[in-house]
Amino acid sequence: MKFRTPSGGRIDRRQPISFSFDGKAYQGYPGDTLASALLANGVHLVGRSFKYHRPRGIFSAGADEPNALVTVSRDGARSTPNLRATQVELYRNLTAISQNRWPSLEFDVGRINDSLSRFLPAGFYYKTFMWPRGAWKSLYEPAIRRAAGLGRAPTLPDPDRYAQRYAHCELLVIGAGPAGIAAALTAADSGARIILCDEQAELGGSLLSDPVPSIDGKNSSAWLEASLAKLGANPRVTLLPRTTAFGYFPHNFVGLSQRLTDHLDSPPPGLARERLWQVRARNVVIAAGAAERPLIFPGNDLPGIMLAGAAHTYLHRYGVRVGSKAVILTCNDDAYQTALDLQAAGTQVGAIADIRPAGGGPLTAAARSAGINIIYNATVQGTRGDQRITGVTLANTDLDCDVLLMSGGYTPSVHLFSQSRGKLEWSDALKAFVPSVSAEAERSAGACRGIYGLEEVLADGANAAAHALQLNRAPPVFEIDSPERRRDSFLGALPGAGTSGSKSFVDWQHDVTTRDLALATREGFHSIEHVKRYTTTGMATDQGKGSNLNAMSIVAQQLGRPIPQVGLTTFRMPYTPVTFGSFAGISRRDLFDPVRTTPTHAWAETQGAVFENVGLWKRAHYFPRPGESMHATVARECRAVRDGVGIFDASTLGKIEVVGPDAAEFMNRLYVNNWNTLKPGRTRYGILLREDGFVYDDGVVARLAEDRFHVTTTTGGAPRVLAMMEDYRQTEWPQLKVWLTSTTEQWAVIAVQGPHARKVLEPLVTDLDIGAAAFPHMSVARGKICGLPMMLFRVSFTGELGYEINVPADFGRRVWEAVYAAGADFGITAYGTEAMHVLRAEKGYIIVGQETDGTATPDDAGLSWAVAKSKTDFVGLRSLQRPAMQSANRKQLVGLKAKDGRTVLEEGAQVAERPAQRPPMQLIGHVTSSYGETTVGYPIALGMVAGGRARMGQTLYVPMPGRDIEVEVTSPVFYDPQGVRINA
Amino acid sequence: MLLIPCPYCGERPEIEFTHGGEAHLVRPAPPAAVDEQTWTQFLYMRSNKKGPYAERWRHARGCGRFFNAVRDTTTDHFIAVYKSGEPQPVAPVKSSP
Repeated sequence: MKFRTPSGGRIDRRQPISFSFDGKAYQGYPGDTLASALLANGVHLVGRSFKYHRPRGIFSAGADEPNALVTVSRDGARSTPNLRATQVELYRNLTAISQNRWPSLEFDVGRINDSLSRFLPAGFYYKTFMWPRGAWKSLYEPAIRRAAGLGRAPTLPDPDRYAQRYAHCELLVIGAGPAGIAAALTAADSGARIILCDEQAELGGSLLSDPVPSIDGKNSSAWLEASLAKLGANPRVTLLPRTTAFGYFPHNFVGLSQRLTDHLDSPPPGLARERLWQVRARNVVIAAGAAERPLIFPGNDLPGIMLAGAAHTYLHRYGVRVGSKAVILTCNDDAYQTALDLQAAGTQVGAIADIRPAGGGPLTAAARSAGINIIYNATVQGTRGDQRITGVTLANTDLDCDVLLMSGGYTPSVHLFSQSRGKLEWSDALKAFVPSVSAEAERSAGACRGIYGLEEVLADGANAAAHALQLNRAPPVFEIDSPERRRDSFLGALPGAGTSGSKSFVDWQHDVTTRDLALATREGFHSIEHVKRYTTTGMATDQGKGSNLNAMSIVAQQLGRPIPQVGLTTFRMPYTPVTFGSFAGISRRDLFDPVRTTPTHAWAETQGAVFENVGLWKRAHYFPRPGESMHATVARECRAVRDGVGIFDASTLGKIEVVGPDAAEFMNRLYVNNWNTLKPGRTRYGILLREDGFVYDDGVVARLAEDRFHVTTTTGGAPRVLAMMEDYRQTEWPQLKVWLTSTTEQWAVIAVQGPHARKVLEPLVTDLDIGAAAFPHMSVARGKICGLPMMLFRVSFTGELGYEINVPADFGRRVWEAVYAAGADFGITAYGTEAMHVLRAEKGYIIVGQETDGTATPDDAGLSWAVAKSKTDFVGLRSLQRPAMQSANRKQLVGLKAKDGRTVLEEGAQVAERPAQRPPMQLIGHVTSSYGETTVGYPIALGMVAGGRARMGQTLYVPMPGRDIEVEVTSPVFYDPQGVRINA
Repeated sequence: MLLIPCPYCGERPEIEFTHGGEAHLVRPAPPAAVDEQTWTQFLYMRSNKKGPYAERWRHARGCGRFFNAVRDTTTDHFIAVYKSGEPQPVAPVKSSP
């Protein structure tokens, strides 16, 4: 480790650890990041840029890193791309590789893009790759997709476990630098529950890399240790290192991502990799600090060009000199301290190039005494080097160097504040946006609101906590001994940027240069939101942390507008990338969605049923015999129902009890039917519309008593029908005395359908006369079956003599098995949803959501017979009166039969009046249901066709790839149109 | 995740509620009597306020009741909550945070 200092830093020097980067072995220390360890070994080149594949080096020491994106893998499945090397904690045998280069980092073929950069400016893809037209799909797009992106996603499922937790607290402090720690200390004795989180492995923030001589008489290390010990001992304080506050949501709901195992040599199996905290805080103090601003000049992206503060951090926190020969380019005093410290550690400092016209103060004097050359009014004309900087050319001087450290001042981190929808205001003095008016119970403290002096930062943190918790006593005061320094900031591009042949980068990660911004404004993009999207500045994984402000300033200057008018683009979560796994938590595989099963599910499994998903329900689709194809099974099941008797589980149907003195009035106002004429003991097919007149749901409604209706709905419809009913009951007609109860899961429903159905049931139903005369079609009665309470409906969705037995769900399987046994002599056959669909389609019965799609009126679906003519109001009536709803050319329910008698139409296929059309075709409808295995002897289909009812017997065409299928328009009722069998 | 102050149950997380659209929509009575414009207005036209907005919520996974709320659509703060059928408060009844 050639560039490791002999001592110092917060790393553990007792035992070096091995790691590898791009297949090469290196050594580092526990406490290193991957970046600090690489720099200790003299490695700066770590990646290739996004578009131009330019060599790039480590730029920063934190979350704002734009260049050093690596892929870290533990094994084939545990591979994470686009990690910032500056935030990857080093562990034994860590394996990392660089990205976006082929065949190697040192020799990357993609570099050719850099020479072609005139053809690849911002937005080039809107202007190129247009010709020939077909080439886009076959050539350009696949090639661009392959070349695009940075890292490669893993291809194996994520094997790790992710935990989630909710937490409440009186004070959430985001950031454990000096401001955050001062806030936590101030709040600690108040009894409030406090959560203090920080994205870094160690709490302390800037104190970890800026060893201030003294805080309250201790050196910063000792003060930090004592403060954290005090906080750690307090049972009301939760300290969360390695925890990033990534999102600020309304009502002080903050998302934290806690990393638990990524830093370990070997994570214990069974330990969650990460934990997502969802915190509801009564108060929030944001102490997120400030990030150093880069400078923009020609050739500002060579490896070895990095932020001065980062070099300072690498030296003091990690014991690493970033180079042998440094030039410092700065606009503030902090970088002077860095120059002095690097020189003391053995790095030659060629010069401090100060952008300001003049300096002064103790640091300037110290630099001069140390023999460091200071150049004022400095500006950069260019840099030299290819895969590492070798020199920099200032206005009058040419200097050799292997690192160029730049400091453009500081940008307060207002990301979370902005996410909370607080208002920012522009500060001319700081040349930055700072928090102004909070939108939530939140305060910013310290550098994130533009306060940089340590003494003021500590006081600011203390005050923020005191005000947030309305503490009576005075907040603590911290005594600091630290040199005074001027922290100026610079904004925008240095003079000379954009003029020479070299590129001046504004957004390093997306390869956006000053010329791209100029192009955007020249082409007429004047809103910063448009400029951002056109140039992609600020849109990379670093979300413009180091580039947004400079970009905005350059655009403001080009447009001749003041900066506050141009403004910033919207800040969005996450602050830094968060794994999908932590959001998924346990919602994976079997736990992704609940599974709903019917009372006969286990029985159906023993019979070898094949199931289908209907929403969250598992329903038996068909019951194949060994060796039977699905077609043969469905044909057999349908035949069995029509000729003998079938048994079907209809338990998933929605059921709602509507009860009360005004139950009938309520039903009349809601459904299209006249319920006054429905006597207790009878059922009727009900249709529910929305106010816009379109069919919303349908189902058989039974009147059990004067004041009690049993309403059934489609399987998926029960929750939304109940919601609609509650809406009208509570808010539109609250004076009606009616109450609603969902009973979907309380009743098992066993359908027994076929000419032998009565003979099967008669022996089992001993207290009811279910003879043809006593119990006609559409009757309902209570009784007993197998000694159990039952509601028996005589209803049929198949067109055969049929019943639906409702018993309490717990008895569903028992009764099913009793009926099945009783039906053995009649060859009773279990049938599934596929056969159910075929049988109802043969009778022209619609399924809401299949034949209808939210734009069909009752008349469109052939159901105007169900609409009560005498009612003056029901939901949807007014809309049915609209002229457009009565047009004869509306899409109407018809049957469709392929003229060749064999072709099975595809559901969703379109219908046309004329064959052999070229796009755009004139289409007049579509196929809604289609079945090949039927009992009528040919494939049938239902469709919605414009003016369908007037087209009986017409020949229409279903255009498919390669041919048109000739179809005949028929009645939707293919079987027993007189209804003889259903009334048996 | 909003924290919604149900007038019956107190503050509960947003996931327990369904949104009920704009509040104080008046269903014409009787609907048969109104012209196309009025009916269209009722069916489809909604105000889209930036700022305080009166809307309905239903505590679907709680007490099951509908209620009204005035929420500032720019900050998501709930300015007032009041029961179904009550008029929109003139002055703020409840301010948060």
